[in-house]
Amino acid sequence: MTEFKLNGKIIKAEDDDTIWTAAKNNNIEIPHLCHANEVGYEPNGNCRACVVEIDGERTLAASCIRKPSEGMVVSSKSEKAQKSQKMIFELLAADQPERNQHPDPDSKFWQWCDKLDLQKVRFPKLKKLDRDISHPSMHVNLEACINCNLCVRACREVQVNDVIGMAYRGHESKIVFDFDDNMGDSSCVGCGECVQACPTGALVEKSLVDMLGVKDKTYDKTVDTLCPYCGVGCQTKAYVKDEKIIQIDGRDGPANNQKLCVKGRFGFDYIHNDGRLTKPLIRKKSSSKNPILNYDKANIADYFREASWEEAMELASKGFSDIIIKDGSKSLCGFGSAKGSNEEAYLFQKLVRTAFGTNNVDHCTRLCHASSVAALMECVGSGAVSAPFTAIKDSDCAIIIGARPTVNHPVAATYFKNAAKKGTKIIIIDPRKNEMSRLAYKHIAFKPGSDVSLLNAMIYTIIEEELYDKQYVSSMTEGFEELKKKIKNFTPEEMSDICKIDAEDIRDIARVYAKSSKSIIFWGMGISQHIHGTDNSRCLITLALITGHIGRPGTGLHPLRGQNNVQGASDAGLIPMVFPDYQPVENDKNHSKMENFWSSKLDPNNGLTVVEIMHEVYDKKIKGMYIMGENPVMSDPDQNHTIASMCKLKHLVVQDIFMTETAWYADIILPASAHAEKNGSYTNTNRQVQMGRQVVSPPGEARQDLDIIIDLAKRLGQNWSYDSVGDVFNEMAQVMPSLNNITWERLEKEGSVTYPCEIEDGPGSEIVFTQNFPTTSGLGKIVPTSIISPHETPDKDFPFVLSTGRLLEHWHTGSMTRKSESLDLLAPEAIVSMNSHDMRQLGIEAGKKVKISTRRGTIELKVKQDWEIPSGMLFIPFCFSEAPANRLTNPQLDPFGKIPEFKYCAASVIV
Amino acid sequence: MGGGYKTLNKPGSGRRKKSYFNRGRQTDKLSLGEVIDLIGSDGLKRDLLIEYLHIIQDKYTYLQARHLRALADLMKISMSEVYEVASFYAHFTILDDKDKAIPDITLRVCESLTCELFGANDLYNDLIGSGINARILKAPCMGRCDKAPVVEVKHHHVLSANKEKVINSINNKSFKPDIPNFITLEQYIIDGGYSLLKKIKDGAIKYEEVSQVFNKAGLRGLGGAGFPAYKKWSFVRSYEGPRLMCINADEGEPGTFKDKYYLEKDPHRFLEGCLVALNMVDAEKCYIYIRDEYPGIIKTIKEEIKKIENEKIIKIGLLEVRRGAGAYICGEESALIESVEGKRGIPRNRPPYVAQVGLFGKPTLVHNVETVYWIRQIYEKGSDWFSSYGRNGRTGLRSFSVSGFIKSPGVKLAPAGISVKELIEEYCDGMEEGHKFIGYLPGGASGGILPSNMDNIPLDFDTLQPYGCFIGSAAVIILSDKFDMKLVGINLMKFFEDESCGQCTPCRNGTSMAVKLMSRENWDLSLLKELADTMTSASICGLGQAASNPLISIMKHFPEYISNGEE
Repeated sequence: MTEFKLNGKIIKAEDDDTIWTAAKNNNIEIPHLCHANEVGYEPNGNCRACVVEIDGERTLAASCIRKPSEGMVVSSKSEKAQKSQKMIFELLAADQPERNQHPDPDSKFWQWCDKLDLQKVRFPKLKKLDRDISHPSMHVNLEACINCNLCVRACREVQVNDVIGMAYRGHESKIVFDFDDNMGDSSCVGCGECVQACPTGALVEKSLVDMLGVKDKTYDKTVDTLCPYCGVGCQTKAYVKDEKIIQIDGRDGPANNQKLCVKGRFGFDYIHNDGRLTKPLIRKKSSSKNPILNYDKANIADYFREASWEEAMELASKGFSDIIIKDGSKSLCGFGSAKGSNEEAYLFQKLVRTAFGTNNVDHCTRLCHASSVAALMECVGSGAVSAPFTAIKDSDCAIIIGARPTVNHPVAATYFKNAAKKGTKIIIIDPRKNEMSRLAYKHIAFKPGSDVSLLNAMIYTIIEEELYDKQYVSSMTEGFEELKKKIKNFTPEEMSDICKIDAEDIRDIARVYAKSSKSIIFWGMGISQHIHGTDNSRCLITLALITGHIGRPGTGLHPLRGQNNVQGASDAGLIPMVFPDYQPVENDKNHSKMENFWSSKLDPNNGLTVVEIMHEVYDKKIKGMYIMGENPVMSDPDQNHTIASMCKLKHLVVQDIFMTETAWYADIILPASAHAEKNGSYTNTNRQVQMGRQVVSPPGEARQDLDIIIDLAKRLGQNWSYDSVGDVFNEMAQVMPSLNNITWERLEKEGSVTYPCEIEDGPGSEIVFTQNFPTTSGLGKIVPTSIISPHETPDKDFPFVLSTGRLLEHWHTGSMTRKSESLDLLAPEAIVSMNSHDMRQLGIEAGKKVKISTRRGTIELKVKQDWEIPSGMLFIPFCFSEAPANRLTNPQLDPFGKIPEFKYCAASVIV
Repeated sequence: MGGGYKTLNKPGSGRRKKSYFNRGRQTDKLSLGEVIDLIGSDGLKRDLLIEYLHIIQDKYTYLQARHLRALADLMKISMSEVYEVASFYAHFTILDDKDKAIPDITLRVCESLTCELFGANDLYNDLIGSGINARILKAPCMGRCDKAPVVEVKHHHVLSANKEKVINSINNKSFKPDIPNFITLEQYIIDGGYSLLKKIKDGAIKYEEVSQVFNKAGLRGLGGAGFPAYKKWSFVRSYEGPRLMCINADEGEPGTFKDKYYLEKDPHRFLEGCLVALNMVDAEKCYIYIRDEYPGIIKTIKEEIKKIENEKIIKIGLLEVRRGAGAYICGEESALIESVEGKRGIPRNRPPYVAQVGLFGKPTLVHNVETVYWIRQIYEKGSDWFSSYGRNGRTGLRSFSVSGFIKSPGVKLAPAGISVKELIEEYCDGMEEGHKFIGYLPGGASGGILPSNMDNIPLDFDTLQPYGCFIGSAAVIILSDKFDMKLVGINLMKFFEDESCGQCTPCRNGTSMAVKLMSRENWDLSLLKELADTMTSASICGLGQAASNPLISIMKHFPEYISNGEE
């Protein structure tokens, strides 16, 4: 604590306070430009707008970086200080475009000019620079730039995307992208952090300016809500004009600290796409169900007619009840969605279980992390993460395996990259390199599919070299002796040949992981989407259990969840074998409890999972399906089979916001609401339950999803009555102990609460398993694994390994992102990634069209030369319906998680 | 210059064109191989970025984007980090892969004040008009002001240059630096060299003893700030180690060439002084940052360091030479430190001072060349020897770099406190024929300008402040009635404009705006005064704070040369 005098008043400053922050805390305003005073931005002191006079010092000091000392006498209002402050603004204003021709006349810069009463600029304008309009979403006018460096810090220190630099020198210095390239041609990933940081509008959202780069839109309201995309759960602020979103900023949420990625910041425009469904549609009688060859060219009117809600809902419910009467409840099923809210997920599964009378309810988590969840439930008794991804700030070592966070969880990746820069040893294990590799301690590019060998060789090393935590193993785990016996065959030297990694490297990463005082593991679908996905996860859990790297800050197990509410949807019970909060349906106690709670007779048996359901549909055992916000035609493996199945359905009701590839096979299509058009709670990968708020109204006659589910349930004879979304939440909370102490009112007020939450107004526990595990024994269970080869390995006819996944710009099946103009411009067409070596061998130039075939089908698409891909491997994103990757994928399942092997099949390239 | 923003590409628009590749520029195998051939691929160090850029440019004449891309990849740093550093330093030339190659020969015509006084502008125009196949650039002070004007042909400096001499140099392929004879290691040792160092290392002479000698001798930092050397040692020592040391041989203040003089004459005296200072603060290592304008010295010092390593006088790697790349600002100690770290030479905000948080975040001792050069002599001859010199009430010796319109320019070792009148008459053989003394710069470009009627002020630290001037590096430039004082002012302000690092607004925009306003026929005196005040009080470092000194001096002492538009 320091006492000093500011503008004649004695004020107190904390040890960390600068003069500027101390002033702010005492409501004394000092001008500032290069100082953002926001999370992640260290003060820099370059603009000199905040200079103050300190008694006894010859020159003025930048108050944003200068710390007060005891008894210091400071003035921000002395003549000398004020004259300089104003002169700084005058110098900067001289180079600005005219205010009425400015990209942002309401920017912080102009606001300060007004506050300082800068009326006349006496200097000539010296700066002349061309605009850079090469990026679809961002407009660059460096005449408005004041070289404050905030964008450089945003790009380098906050996001660690490292694209923007301050180049050249003196009056010629300016920000550049890479080698002074156009933004659109640079390595820019489009996160827009620079735009949010820019205090002048030199970098601004294109959505706010006209063709000449002059601001022409000012919002009329803002709404605090959430990003609709991945499982990170970024908090956002939406700016609205005339019922349209014009801008999204990041808020200081626990999972994003103001940061966003390209999807979250610029991918909001999909909700305003012309293709939105605005009226219920009913399949024409004349239209039979056949595979559609080109979705882009198909005409809705050829297949469907518009209908009233009343007619559509009546037909929808009648179709289901007819099947129940004729074929029984087990002939029905429902696919809920991890994109919807907790409340929607809860009511959806409640509808299927009560109104349909079956447990055949599942959702896309089956295709993502089902095997991870299976292993976690088995070994540690809970499917959720043991620590948030932000825990990496405390870690000495982090393994990131089978995950590409810079693409799929870009904001989580910012925490990883920052940790790497601060010294956390990041070990990336992935056959494909990525943008984070250069920051990693090591990138282990092992042979695809050899995860179990590699991980067991690490476990072997830890046990052989006695690097395991003996005390932890004996007091907190079970099954170690069995592991010790079984691990004998997994020497790194022998495994080296299988996974194509030097034994010494395997030993080294095992040592680094085990010896670091705090190590954490993150994984993604490179682990889970294999027929040995559960074994892969078991190995990771074993690593954590034998080293005791779990249950403490900076340690743990974190499967990075893919969709915004995949955690919440699973918790809420969108899983065929469990009720909400993972209560097994085949347990009598649970069964009768839920029958009681819902006052309804319930199916006593486990339901079927996504791919199993598709087989039953194919075999005409399942005849009716209700899909809310899912797109199995694009997301499920072996698309030809999926489509053939869809065509066989007697009654398919699809509830969505767009005409998805799946919707074309529907009997009834119900136009629903986008994320920004409804209220609801969502649970992110960190177990943070957060509040998403309605920003705009659904278009046309589209209705909110919850409303549609309730309507359908009522028509199916359920006596449901909910006055609000909060009512649904409160009902869920009664049967979900995980939501203890989390109320709708709290969420409305606080925006985010982590579960489990032990106290009524506490923040919730970020780190779990600190004392024991929620297993029956209270111990962590070590489950040994053995090598299983991928189901289909390359051979003469199909010599490549094909893996599928996402792109940075396109999320999931592209049902939303490909409708976003901003994102579609960035990644406009289907591509297959190949290594340049393989391309040379086959005589392929980048951009050339090739045919990729597997035993299940063929697609045609262009080649991307991709240094991230190793030779012998292909990667195809599954979001392009014109070249659907899932026409090629292998539907073989992991026996425990029932997840298909999306990450490995044999393929050929035909030039 | 002036508003000439460089841009490699013109804006395009719309849909991403390169979706068949990873984002941004790609590394190609050929370029990667070429860079690996030059610098290897393992154990590359981030702080050596500027050295790597030199190595690549030395081989390929300029820096091609494709090589920079490969370098970023190899060093595992971002493209922007490489580019911002490469584009900061004037001696690096970046060409995009599509750009036309530049001629193999680059001529740099010194345009700093003394050279301009001696016709550098005409020479530049002559050379441009001569049609020679070379790239002809203007460049700041090359530290050879006693032989103005100067043109650098590749690495060879043509002194007292004219067009013919330059063309001769090209025709004779004299592209290498001239290295004058110097006192060799053998001679130096015979003369008792390195025995002081040995005694200190053996513990025969202790820190306290040395410190006391220098306290009494009154040796002050001769880079310009004049901070007592012994005090600096005690400050640096007060912070816990490991500590580091840097030698500032980035002598860039226009008019200054004394460090060059000593480095060329007696390199081992400098090295021994440097090692003694290093021992005073127990520094782990000393980086010697030498400006790129002194290629001969860089070569000599590197070779002589190798010799004393071989002779086991020092352990290998204790002294490391770093080559500047054309940036005056790197003479500012914190900017120098940034540059040694391989970054842009951007001065740091203080506090903390570099004695506490310096190179690589460690407590760092930074000394000027001449400061350490005197260490052995002062210690051997005793503190009284040094302090016995002095004139006009001042004590000690100063090395004045004197240039301009005097008969005998050069480095003049003279008593501190000598007046400019005495200096001209006693040391420089008076004014050049036909020139009338009208004023002088007592301390290079930043030390202000004084009129001839103030020719009796003692030249030393602290004596010039009352006149709004300072002695700095003791670069005295003598002006005469044959040169327009307004042009002197513009020349100096343009120098600061070009050399401003661009970090802070008052300096970046202020110097530029001042050049613009000073170039007008009529000066807006009140606006210039206001601008100068802000530059002086609000800039981060000494460059911006002192940049307006010549402007203020002219307004104050030479009003007859300027017009404010009023009769």
